[in-house]
Amino acid sequence: MRKNASPFWVIVRKEVADYLHSWRFYILVGIIMLTCLGSLYTALSGISKAAAADVRIEFLFLRLFTVSDGNIPSFMEFIMFLGPLLGIGLGFDAINSERNKGTLSRTLAQPVPRDYVINAKFVASLLVIGVAFFALGLLVVGMGIIVTGLELSFEEFIRIIAYLLMSLVYVAFWLNLAILFSVLFKQPATAALAGIAIWLFFSIFYSMILNLIADAIMPSEESLAAYRRFESTLLFFSRFSPAFLFSEVTTTLLYPTVNRLNSALFATEQEIFMIPDTPLSIWQSMLVSWPQLTAMIALTLICFAISYYVFMRQEIRSRN
Amino acid sequence: MTSTMMADPVITLTGLTKRYGELTAVDHLNLTIHRGEIFGLLGPNGAGKSTTILMMLGLTEPTEGTANVCGIDPTRQPILVKRKVGYLPDDVGFYEDMNAVENLMYTARLNGIPDDQGRREADRLLELVGLSDAKHKRVGTYSRGMRQRLGLADVLIKRPEVIILDEPTLGLDPEGIKELMELIRQLSRQEGITVLLSSHQLHQVQEVCDRVGLFVKGKLLAQGDVNALAQQLFPDEKVKIRFSLSDTPEQLMQQIRELPDAVDLEYDRNADEWVLQANTDLSSDIASLVVGHNVRLYSLKQEKFGLDEIYLRYFQGSEAS
Repeated sequence: MRKNASPFWVIVRKEVADYLHSWRFYILVGIIMLTCLGSLYTALSGISKAAAADVRIEFLFLRLFTVSDGNIPSFMEFIMFLGPLLGIGLGFDAINSERNKGTLSRTLAQPVPRDYVINAKFVASLLVIGVAFFALGLLVVGMGIIVTGLELSFEEFIRIIAYLLMSLVYVAFWLNLAILFSVLFKQPATAALAGIAIWLFFSIFYSMILNLIADAIMPSEESLAAYRRFESTLLFFSRFSPAFLFSEVTTTLLYPTVNRLNSALFATEQEIFMIPDTPLSIWQSMLVSWPQLTAMIALTLICFAISYYVFMRQEIRSRN
Repeated sequence: MTSTMMADPVITLTGLTKRYGELTAVDHLNLTIHRGEIFGLLGPNGAGKSTTILMMLGLTEPTEGTANVCGIDPTRQPILVKRKVGYLPDDVGFYEDMNAVENLMYTARLNGIPDDQGRREADRLLELVGLSDAKHKRVGTYSRGMRQRLGLADVLIKRPEVIILDEPTLGLDPEGIKELMELIRQLSRQEGITVLLSSHQLHQVQEVCDRVGLFVKGKLLAQGDVNALAQQLFPDEKVKIRFSLSDTPEQLMQQIRELPDAVDLEYDRNADEWVLQANTDLSSDIASLVVGHNVRLYSLKQEKFGLDEIYLRYFQGSEAS
């Protein structure tokens, strides 16, 4: 060990140790691990069907992450649904519980720049989540290889790693949102509820609201232009949901044949002449969802920037 | 900076002001604290003591005026100040599921102290504050007094030049306060540390302070030792002599009343004592009069000058919290 670790890494180390000693972390990871292994089980039993149905069996391995038998959602859907819970669960009391325990003012009385505290908390949570996600993803890969005997191509491996990284960005967004609430609200319970409310809103109610909007603005005239307008409005509203953005990004990563994310109505001349069902290279796939990816990272950064700004200007008194 | 002379100012506040909207929490405060002294910033709750301390540490910015701590402007260089100043917030919090040594080690690491040195230092300080026996217990199990003592050790681990203690006696019983104040005095003398402590418990705290400042509604009303304080606050105040007697023959009381410089003689029913207000100390005159009348003198004391008046006028009603 280095003799004089920078205070930043001292805080990170303590935070990581705290997570690893807490029941909360094991419960959250336990939930995600169990559900993902459940989905892996159905994927393994369903993959032969998928292989039979599919003309192309390249990239069959990626199906492990996306196939579901209709009863249990796929790995991808589980991460999309439960990832936010992990982020909120680890972040909701980051700042306010330290404030309530009176440890924040003690830490800030040490020669430590104030932003180290919030940065270190973010980095520590992300480290812990990252390790958990990669362990989980690679576990699925490993079990997939053992059970199916499929060979994992390099391209598939890169796609899986990219997918796991994207999941991390997605969870980082929710983590930052939770940290923001922990800065804004003095009570951890309020912060947790606010985070969960937003999570539920986007994962359950938002699609219902979109359906309502769709009904309301359904075009009465049957022209291509009207349908296009309708489709693009809907898509525009859907993309306000981080979960939708994430699903678009992962779709391009895990389905190499997906070559555009909007409806076929919008196909450009160039796209019309593309050969359907031709897998793209990983870079091409990422290019397809590049705007979504940028938006996700931007959302994460915005949340972080607001919490950073608010935290830096807050007056830290003991326990109030 | 290197001089250790008494006149060496460590903390200088000039026109320090903090406003929260309409409310002026600290109002043009001027204060100088010298190296090695124990200064008590005394005032009722809500007087602006904590705000003043936060400004000295750069934890909040002054609206006007400047602070200078160890030759550093805390608003501009808070990190440098925090390297030299130990701060014990009121109601200090520790990580409850870590033990005392782990908590101190965390502070030591944040201060860039190498682990082996930090551990030695933690052991030494825990011994000093009398927590050696409990040092491997979770801090969650500690009593209020133990936490405050751990807080002292936590503040000292970075070997500060100055320690600032915000309401260190809050929530302690009188015995605990006495012990803690003794400990603070002993540590200050032993390690040559300047101490600034704030409190609303005038009586308990002023005894260990070299100087105190009376801080009310954002203003420093008076400073010095307690006598100086009283003289500044109540220049016309009389001397009070309390005594109790086995018998009170009317002739004796009349003689006492008629002593030169005596102003007023009253009977204090609650304490079962007589109280003589006078312009000078008449204790010895009372004693000789009493002996002459063959009455037994149970007690005779000159009341500490003005402390109760200060307390009654500025502090009462706020000590309960």
